[in-house]
Amino acid sequence: MSPPESKNMFTAFFSNPTVGRILGVFLLVVVLYTLMIGIEENARTVENHQNLARRIGEWGILTLGVGFVIITGGIDLSIGSVVCLSAVSFGILLENGANPYVATLVVLTGAGLIGLFHGYLVTKLNLQPFVVTLCGLFIYRGMAQFLTLIDFKKWMDPNLAAGTRILRDSSRDVGVGGRTDLTSFFWLQKGEWLGIPTPMWLFGILALLAAIFLHASVYGRYLFALGYNEQAARYAGVNTNRFKVIAYFLCSLLAGFGGILFLMKINSASPSNAGNWFELYAITGAVLGGTSLRGGEGTVIGIILGAAILPLLKTLVIFAGIPSDMEFSAIGLALLLGTLADELLRRRSEAARKGA
Amino acid sequence: MTSSKDQGKPPLLTVFGISKQFGGAQALHDVGLQLFPAEVVALIGENGAGKSTLMKILGGILNPDAGTIQMDGVPVRLQNPAQAMKLGISLIHQELNLADNLSIEANLFLGREMTWGGPLGLANRRAMEARSASLLDRVGLGFSPKERLANLTLGQKQLVEIARSLSLDARILIMDEPTSSLAQRESERLLQVIRELRQDGVCVVFISHRLREVEAIADRVIGLRDGKNAGELSRMEINYPAMVKMMVGRDVKLKRHQPILPKIPGLPPALKVVKLRHATSKGEGVSLEIQPGELIGMAGLVGAGRTEFAETLFGIRQRVSGEIHLTGKPIKIRRPADAIAHGMALVPEDRRHHGLILADTIRGNIALPNLDTLHKGKILNFKAIKSTAQKGVAALRIRTTGISKQAGQLSGGNQQKVVLYKWLFRKPALLILDEPTRGVDVGAKEEIYDLMRQLTDKGVAILMISSDLEEILQLSDRVLVMHENKMVGALDRDQLSEESIMRLATGANS
Repeated sequence: MSPPESKNMFTAFFSNPTVGRILGVFLLVVVLYTLMIGIEENARTVENHQNLARRIGEWGILTLGVGFVIITGGIDLSIGSVVCLSAVSFGILLENGANPYVATLVVLTGAGLIGLFHGYLVTKLNLQPFVVTLCGLFIYRGMAQFLTLIDFKKWMDPNLAAGTRILRDSSRDVGVGGRTDLTSFFWLQKGEWLGIPTPMWLFGILALLAAIFLHASVYGRYLFALGYNEQAARYAGVNTNRFKVIAYFLCSLLAGFGGILFLMKINSASPSNAGNWFELYAITGAVLGGTSLRGGEGTVIGIILGAAILPLLKTLVIFAGIPSDMEFSAIGLALLLGTLADELLRRRSEAARKGA
Repeated sequence: MTSSKDQGKPPLLTVFGISKQFGGAQALHDVGLQLFPAEVVALIGENGAGKSTLMKILGGILNPDAGTIQMDGVPVRLQNPAQAMKLGISLIHQELNLADNLSIEANLFLGREMTWGGPLGLANRRAMEARSASLLDRVGLGFSPKERLANLTLGQKQLVEIARSLSLDARILIMDEPTSSLAQRESERLLQVIRELRQDGVCVVFISHRLREVEAIADRVIGLRDGKNAGELSRMEINYPAMVKMMVGRDVKLKRHQPILPKIPGLPPALKVVKLRHATSKGEGVSLEIQPGELIGMAGLVGAGRTEFAETLFGIRQRVSGEIHLTGKPIKIRRPADAIAHGMALVPEDRRHHGLILADTIRGNIALPNLDTLHKGKILNFKAIKSTAQKGVAALRIRTTGISKQAGQLSGGNQQKVVLYKWLFRKPALLILDEPTRGVDVGAKEEIYDLMRQLTDKGVAILMISSDLEEILQLSDRVLVMHENKMVGALDRDQLSEESIMRLATGANS
């Protein structure tokens, strides 16, 4: 039983499926970027780059979160709604005079509890992640809409006459209540350091932590092991349920943070639109970055590159002069072509390797 | 060699009065056994005899309904695998419990990693890799600990499992059919490792259906039948007939197949393959001829390219070049449906993934390839499906409570019979069997052999791929040998011997 013939280091490196995936998505990022700056002079400005980086940061944070869940073989479809519920709750707390730091703590705790709840349903009650989080998608958005119906000012009024309605007639957009003590919070979204927008910094720091967690700590190993072969992990004495719950917890927690950033972006959040599609942006980023929906495969570096693709495409579509009504079709088509090219390249290199 | 029992050493483990019930079925009834340090014990019995249940109880995966387990004379409870491991009992499953997506090192230490950084739980990769290297050395695996497990063969993965048990300082190592999916050479390597473990004082218990192997290595044989103790053989008493008798409770005569070569002149061969090549073929490709009623054995080591050849023949793999003739006519096979339409059938190597839909019933599995006939105006003919399945269960003596039982709940031998019947219903002219009796017990094995003989008597041509030399020698009219994706030889019945096959299979002639 001898090892396979020692391959030359170079071929060994490039024939590693994980490396191949990362190179593929890297190539896609390079192609999209080159196209973008080639197509339009305005795309070469510092401002455009900053906008791009800001968006990559915002969505990238969500992509990291869903990455954990996908690695365990699960999925989270509720991210967009958690973003919405968090943004709306944060706004309502601010409007009613809460200390912004306390409000942050409340929102993040709530989001974390949502993740724990998902994890509990998936592990202890053995429900399917798709179903659990799909229900979440509806529930949390509905909750956000309901929260904006409540007139907290009236409700809290000690002199409220009995029988007064505290519900508004229709849901409304939530703002920050004209607060002036939110400078550091706005900075989280709109600030920059060394020319790089803060959301990108935040994404970078979180990605670094995620990389340590996934690739250097034993906890990451457990996630990969249980995502690929849960029984193997369980028989090896790993508390698989606990680590699954942790993945859902982190995903919702990051979505909650995403909600805070969302409100800080335009100082307002609409309960029916905020965070729409965000779960799909996040999942797309993770999957394009080589995270396998079957579980057990994925890298943080891949997720970072994958998270860059949708923002790049969106910007490219705008600069290419494609009407905004056709934006979604154009993005979908581009993704399909990219995936197709990746698959064809992969097959070719595989055939070349086998033929050699 | 005298067994440790005779030397009067105290037993490592004593088990008595173990009973276990599943639903209405009594899997184990008042079973007892003793294990001593530094011995190799084979546990034999037909499928359903309770071997795996007993082993799972010792491994802490199942809890017995009644009975006592003593380790070093002290009563213990084995409520989960972790407790068993702590006491030094390590169980290696039939289906490997490893994660292909991780490195060898990560698999070896899964669940008990060496860490640094306290609560951060950072993996101390360097320390684990160093320790892995010495563990791999002990089982004779020359891989880097960083190698992805997916790049290893099944046999090599099995050795990784053993290395993992060794790192747990296992005193009792239990293996459930460790060699059932290994080729001869890999099995020998494994048996060598078992011998070395015995020298180190480890008690190795293994379940095997390969009785030749048991003869070669076991110090003691413990038999189970219908969930009860069926006797014990000491080293001097171990021989093939005695073991078979203990398992089935009666004498079984091993029949050598007496081939009646139906060489009717002028009749075209059932199958003629000319230089068939697929993407990873080497050399000029595989050529062969099978006469109607002939049984051709295809021998070779695991990875010799036999399964790939069968898959190309059946249209699962893309044919690159070469011709296929069925009963004299050239045919084109692009997909399995073409092969089936031409009267071919393939019983695949990986029964659980390719042969059956485990979650489906016996009825559903038998019906699936035959739905083209089991319908009335494209609406399922439930009556015909039911009677077909019932006929199959009766004809092949499939042991089950009914045709609505899930295939996944059957024993290996009965699963294989379901796969066989779903194809036999079509009355194929050419039957390709890939490892037909892997993981099948002696009783069912003989039944399957009988069935194969009946088929060849009726003129069905059979191509049997097998890593079990005993089986190849016993059944084949002719044997073809492959080595490294090339056909390296053909042996007629009078040239057949273990040595002649192994010489070709290991590439000694090339």
